[in-house]
Amino acid sequence: MDLANYKGVYVIAEQFEGKLRNVSLELLGQGRILADKIGDKVGAVLIGSGVTPLAQELIAHGAHKVYVYDDPRLEQYNTTAYAKVLQHFFEEVKPNVFLVGATNIGRDLGPRVANVLKTGLTADCTGLDVDDDGKTIVWTRPALGGNIMAEIVCRENRPQMGTVRPNVFKKPAADASATGEIINMKAELSDGDFMTKFVELIKMGGGGVKIEEADVIISGGRGMNGSEPFEGMLKELATLLGGAVGASRAAVDAGWIDALHQVGQTGKTVGPKIYVACGISGAIQHLAGMTGSDCIIAINKDPDAPIFQVCDYGIVGDAFEVVPKITEAIKTLRK
Amino acid sequence: MDFNMTEDQQMFVKLAKDFGEKRLAPTITERDHQGIFDEAIIKEMLEMGLGGTYFPEEYGGAGADVLSYIMTVEELAKYDAGVSITLSGTVSLCANPIFEYGTEEQKKKFLTPLCEGTKLGAFGLTEPNAGTDASGQQTVAVKEGDHYILNGSKIFITNAGAADIYIVFAMTDKSQGNHGITAFILEKGMEGFTFGKKEDKLGIHTSQTMELVFQNVKVPAENMLGQEGKGFKIAMQTLDGGRIGVAAQALGIAEAALKDAVEYSKQRVQFGKPICKFQAISFKLADMAMKIEAARNLVYKAAMKKQEKKPYSVDAAMAKCYASDVAMEVAVDAVQIFGGYGYSEEYPVARHLRDAKITQIYEGTNEVQRMVTSGALLR
Amino acid sequence: MEILVCVKQVPDTAEVKIDPVKHTVIRAGVPNIFNPFDQNALEAALQLKDEQGAKVTLLSMGPPQAVEVLREGLAMGADEAYLLTDRKVGGSDTLATGYCLAQAVRKVAELQGLDHFDIILCGKQAIDGDTAQVGPQIAAELGIPQITYAAHIAVEGEKVTVKQQNEEGYIVTEASFPVLITAVKELNEPRFPTIRGTMKAKRREIPTLSAEDIKVDESRIGLSGSPTNVRKIFTPPQRTQGLILNNEDVAVSVATLMEKLAEQKII
Repeated sequence: MDLANYKGVYVIAEQFEGKLRNVSLELLGQGRILADKIGDKVGAVLIGSGVTPLAQELIAHGAHKVYVYDDPRLEQYNTTAYAKVLQHFFEEVKPNVFLVGATNIGRDLGPRVANVLKTGLTADCTGLDVDDDGKTIVWTRPALGGNIMAEIVCRENRPQMGTVRPNVFKKPAADASATGEIINMKAELSDGDFMTKFVELIKMGGGGVKIEEADVIISGGRGMNGSEPFEGMLKELATLLGGAVGASRAAVDAGWIDALHQVGQTGKTVGPKIYVACGISGAIQHLAGMTGSDCIIAINKDPDAPIFQVCDYGIVGDAFEVVPKITEAIKTLRK
Repeated sequence: MDFNMTEDQQMFVKLAKDFGEKRLAPTITERDHQGIFDEAIIKEMLEMGLGGTYFPEEYGGAGADVLSYIMTVEELAKYDAGVSITLSGTVSLCANPIFEYGTEEQKKKFLTPLCEGTKLGAFGLTEPNAGTDASGQQTVAVKEGDHYILNGSKIFITNAGAADIYIVFAMTDKSQGNHGITAFILEKGMEGFTFGKKEDKLGIHTSQTMELVFQNVKVPAENMLGQEGKGFKIAMQTLDGGRIGVAAQALGIAEAALKDAVEYSKQRVQFGKPICKFQAISFKLADMAMKIEAARNLVYKAAMKKQEKKPYSVDAAMAKCYASDVAMEVAVDAVQIFGGYGYSEEYPVARHLRDAKITQIYEGTNEVQRMVTSGALLR
Repeated sequence: MEILVCVKQVPDTAEVKIDPVKHTVIRAGVPNIFNPFDQNALEAALQLKDEQGAKVTLLSMGPPQAVEVLREGLAMGADEAYLLTDRKVGGSDTLATGYCLAQAVRKVAELQGLDHFDIILCGKQAIDGDTAQVGPQIAAELGIPQITYAAHIAVEGEKVTVKQQNEEGYIVTEASFPVLITAVKELNEPRFPTIRGTMKAKRREIPTLSAEDIKVDESRIGLSGSPTNVRKIFTPPQRTQGLILNNEDVAVSVATLMEKLAEQKII
């Protein structure tokens, strides 16, 4: 394999119901930075049905080229069919790097494609950089439950692949005047390439801001002692600040709130402007999911709780007293 | 004398610890405050096979030793004293007498489901007028053909209502006094066998305690346990074994109280340092630990003697009396160490104190245990 | 129904601590546990066994002591267990691991007299590697469909219907045997091993497989078979402690906090 023949840093864009996932745009931003460092260009691969109009948005966010596989059969995500499409793309275009958002779909597709192409995939990256050799991507990711960070490289195989969690990188500003090439592609797909069948999508979440997208997250942990605060005082403060309610693993495991709100190593990674941790001790697994927040405020009865080591502001006290007082103070400020 | 735990014992303790951490700890406060006897939790515990730890495999037991069972009761009590006594009640007070005194048919019919965990057991001796003076049994059983007709009531029965199998004691011949009491195996659902009120207790709220009411209950003669007139002996010997279970429960409560007090004393800062840095607290903790260690040795020795089929009543009496007294002392000290917070139900030590008290009372009050102990000394 | 469950013994990462002076991981004294998501996977298999009758076989790749989780799995109710243990597979990244396990799955099927397993269940991820890749890699190697993030599994005849967790809620997906499914916590509450099960499992001989037994191409295993390798490991930079407010009257703390947040234009 002559590595020099493999060119292009490609974001495998994910879309849902006609909208691009934010993480794909975030990756275009970081992809551009990487591409510049290795003297390459950033592009995107768009797969779906009726998705061609989204190509322009990818260009506006920095893609030089967008390869579009628009096919009615690809309307719903299908692991093996999408993997086949990317195999086709790899054989035709010989890309250097694949960047995939570490959404549920991304984490499903990434390893399948990596195996089909017999290449290396680094999952859940929190950092992307370039090695001293000027051409190998260095993927940084947490391991051992978030206790350590590892830098991974894939020197000899192509494409170099990595999945990156949403909210790790910031979305670049859109430039409506940007131009780029849109290339329509067609992969030969047989029935056998669709090994699973999509039946239906069951929507949950009852509306409200999703934690992955929230600017403010009010999060509850074991100290909440029940489900009531999640619907009560935490939700009230979150709504007041236009944010979402989050939870530690302990709260989700206890059944006080569902897993969609879980922040942490086995939950979601979030990077809001403000993260308020109420009755959360601050175990490493939880921190792994929220240390990317701009400002962390911790409220806990226990002055020795580990979360006080990493927060920007901490109040030692009973969250059930503090949170309502904060809510009141904000209401007063607003008047 | 080997003070080390065997591999089997370690395995039992680990199972109990996992169960305690995953199933009991997360909901104990809620279940205790709301007085919930959680049938699903009990079912899961029994399905693990804990109902038959030291009974032979031929009856569905695990063929392990008494000490493994006792350590399980102790470990569970650290997380939930009510669940712990539920286990002790079904094993020591129901399965055990059937194993010791039952016919082969009775063992197959009643012991096997208890060991396999498909049924829960209970023991009905205490009556409104017969507590420490158990010989004053007013429940009567009159023989009629191939049945006995039972009339009377029992009070303060652990596992009542939920249990399927009950060892019930009744007077078959009043003129014989103690030798006129007979033991029977009753099943939930027998006509005339109902349950009275559920006790609103001070503690062990996750354990269910109710009255048993017998109104002309027809008990088949083949359900008589042991021989006519031997019931009192069966009751006393059964209680000897049950005492070790209660002692283990008390031990677990004390250990939990100590653990909570130690942790709190490291976190609570007053006068610029954690309170464990003050000798008033650290010395108190040391005394608590010493008492627990001494109690533990008494409990384990009693269990070993039962395992080795050596006479163990006095050892069991001493273990139960001492361990329960220690549990109360340690729980009181733990509340004291927590200070004001210890008096709040938001913290676990209040529950430990409420739970500890009953261990000084049931399965033979500590006064009874002192009678047994002094009786042996003064023979 | 023939089910294979891949299980892994992992350090309990919740107990791992960092040496505050050397900034290295303190591994001593960290207990080894049955990877929690693999327990969910095994529980799903056991439920299918209870409801529809199935044989449940366990497979683990690891050092010799990994046999402990196989025994625990047998104690929970699995029927058979195999350990793939060989120095040569050490150092494998996810591609190489997926290959090794796939070869092992083929060998185990052969040993069980099967053409293939109907369902292969894996946990979503191992809590030490956290990659969530090996399940899909095994499926890809075997050329079978994969359904990840399973929160609910229904099996009827040779068809599986799975509710997959998704950012929007759940996607319901169908596939026919053979299929690989990865389990999340929401799927079930794993049962406890029974005492008798544990004692029986203790006495069982657990067969081990070597790299040679599973007929691997040596260039595809271990370090040489791994396209990725670790360049460096470090402890994450710790965020430093900010302003901690500890007052008897929390109202004072809240007032100070609001002042600071306003000052910094955070609110």
